[in-house]
Amino acid sequence: MKFILSETLTTEEVLKDFNEEKSNLIPMLQILQTKIGYVTREGVYAIAAKLNVPPAEVYGVATFFAQFKFEPSGKYHILICMGTACHVNGAREVLGAVERELGINEGETTEDGLFTIEEVACLGCCSLAPVMMINKEIHAGLTPTKAIKVIKAIRKEEENES
Amino acid sequence: MKVRVGLASCGISAGGQVVYDEFESEISKLVEDKKIELSITGCLGICFAEPIVDVIDDEGKVYRYTKIDKKKTQQIVQKHLIEGQPIDELLINTDPIFAQQVKIVLRNCGFIDPESIEAYEEVDGYKAIRKALDKMTKEEVIEEVKESGLRGRGGAGFSTGMKWMFAANNPNEPRYIICNADEGDPGAFANRAVLEGDPHAVLEGMMLAAYSMGCEKGYIYCRAEYPLAVERLQIAIDQAREKGYLGYNIMGSGFDFDLEIFEGAGAFVCGEETALMQSIEGARGMPRLRPPYPAQKGLFGQPTTINNVETLADIPYIILHGGAKYYEYGIAKSRGTKVFSVAGKVRNGGLVEVPMGMSLRNIICDICDGIKDDKKVKAVQLGGPSGGCLPESLLDTVVDYETLTETGAIVGSGGMIVADETTCMVDLARFFLSFTQQESCGKCTFCRIGTKRMLEILNNICDGKGKVGDIEELERLGTTIKNSSLCALGGTAPNPVLTTIRYFRQEYDAHITEQRCPAKSCKALITYEIIDGCVGCGSCVRVCPSDAIIGTKRKGDVDLWREEHGIFVIIDDKCIRCHMCIASCRYDAIEVS
Repeated sequence: MKFILSETLTTEEVLKDFNEEKSNLIPMLQILQTKIGYVTREGVYAIAAKLNVPPAEVYGVATFFAQFKFEPSGKYHILICMGTACHVNGAREVLGAVERELGINEGETTEDGLFTIEEVACLGCCSLAPVMMINKEIHAGLTPTKAIKVIKAIRKEEENES
Repeated sequence: MKVRVGLASCGISAGGQVVYDEFESEISKLVEDKKIELSITGCLGICFAEPIVDVIDDEGKVYRYTKIDKKKTQQIVQKHLIEGQPIDELLINTDPIFAQQVKIVLRNCGFIDPESIEAYEEVDGYKAIRKALDKMTKEEVIEEVKESGLRGRGGAGFSTGMKWMFAANNPNEPRYIICNADEGDPGAFANRAVLEGDPHAVLEGMMLAAYSMGCEKGYIYCRAEYPLAVERLQIAIDQAREKGYLGYNIMGSGFDFDLEIFEGAGAFVCGEETALMQSIEGARGMPRLRPPYPAQKGLFGQPTTINNVETLADIPYIILHGGAKYYEYGIAKSRGTKVFSVAGKVRNGGLVEVPMGMSLRNIICDICDGIKDDKKVKAVQLGGPSGGCLPESLLDTVVDYETLTETGAIVGSGGMIVADETTCMVDLARFFLSFTQQESCGKCTFCRIGTKRMLEILNNICDGKGKVGDIEELERLGTTIKNSSLCALGGTAPNPVLTTIRYFRQEYDAHITEQRCPAKSCKALITYEIIDGCVGCGSCVRVCPSDAIIGTKRKGDVDLWREEHGIFVIIDDKCIRCHMCIASCRYDAIEVS
């Protein structure tokens, strides 16, 4: 099962506050991703129709930026910081440990739809390197072992809930 | 008594929110006559000491507590807040750290509540814009900025006053002001600290810029990876609108100005001004040829000025205290102060704001207290992926735009990553190049394909497959890319490689001719081995994800066990060099060679 933020919201509802100015393109994509969880095909066509541009142009913009995803992400979005400070303090080892713990590679989502791992260029917490961000919460001063502990704690919480 | 808890991203990630919540619940339990004001604040710049709690007594004396957690919070409440006894062993003396710094950009960060406009007003906030609207003409504002000698802090270092003048002289209307808060350089976090710690200063800077150039509308282009910065900026904008600092007829002056946040969607190249404007217009963020410069034809084809966060945060100070005051700091053509984000292997990492002209050694060894674990500085990487690596022998170089450029590095956005002997320079160059290669927008052939070719060569070298002649090929490609790219991304992307070749050529040679990584970092060129210190505790076996460690776990006497079974052994074929065993070994019994 993939985790989807909202199954009830329609694309029209999500995009209703925007007018046809082309400068709305990126904000529209962003709201689509926040509300629906990813950039849907339907959403791209809806944006294209509203802004009166070809869908290819909307895809062109969406694929240019790292923020936009075309598949649903996991419930927990793990951003592993690959900034310079994190790099020299062992971010690669942290990434490796998280990948092995979850059995997926960077850019992938676990079967149960819980976790997605992604690399990010820099989270700006360089003095606390290495760091990762899980759903906007930053975990700092990581070691491979510490990172695995964080993941295990989330898993346990999820199990308790279900 | 006042208590303030540092809650910028760095403070929160070190556990500051928990501390704040604990203070809140503990203080609420106190009897009413103990009046204690609790507030949040931004980043003081001493990120290594987070979470930081300041207790300020009624005379204004500040007691600064470091590395506070829930339990220590309760101690502080009991001992200091209730009994009036500061806890000496939890205090940190920050005077040696701040003594050599001059805080202009960071003047309020870590002191005021960033979510309160009143707090900003109390420290002379919005007085500069009031002064400008009441007593200064637009031309006088620009003159003041010119006089200050302020140069763009985003990296290029162009005179801010000149930039404003060009836009102001363009008769076309409307005009726009954009704050570039797309701090994309890995290793730089000064803008984040300002946005999270003193957002109103950035707004005021933008208002002053807008007034001087006659802009009605402004954008803050902030990267989405800084959610807290976006949140606090929005709070600040709402407050400023409510108080009449933004909107129509500001403070009765007839000046109209409003602004909005545009969240960047995660493209490094959008830090480049023409690419940034493209993305606001709803297109792919690809740079275009300049001229026309943004001051001539910018956003939506109109005159536009783009300034960095740090530049704008300087402006209220300059207007309030005069350009001449700002000019007093700094040397030669680089005036004022600059914030550096110092991180990496340094002991006291964080933000350091110093007058231009200070030496790197001064910043790294004095203010930041040198390298962790008493290791030696090997190199300093300045300016992120556009910058260069300088060796220890150049640490006495002073930071100003011209001097640093001569060495091959740049001031850039102020990222300063310190490396020790365990950092491989070839790998570091590869790291930066893989970043710029991924972030290249693809428009210019040399940047798109050239960086890819360079990266392939660097990958080969790090994998022990380098060939004689690779270094020369890297130099040839690097120079060509620099000369043939439209924007600064391609124009500077080869810098980390070219400077590491210039200063650390012997490391490249060791990788290529001896298949050896002197820093013992490149995975293909190292092996892990368990040495005599092993006591058979088995912790490495437990953490090894590839079952590469064999041996029998000790029960009882160490010597007996050694004799009977021998120490643990790592099977090299199975070892994936994940470093887990070394991290888990408490006896330093695993060696990399």
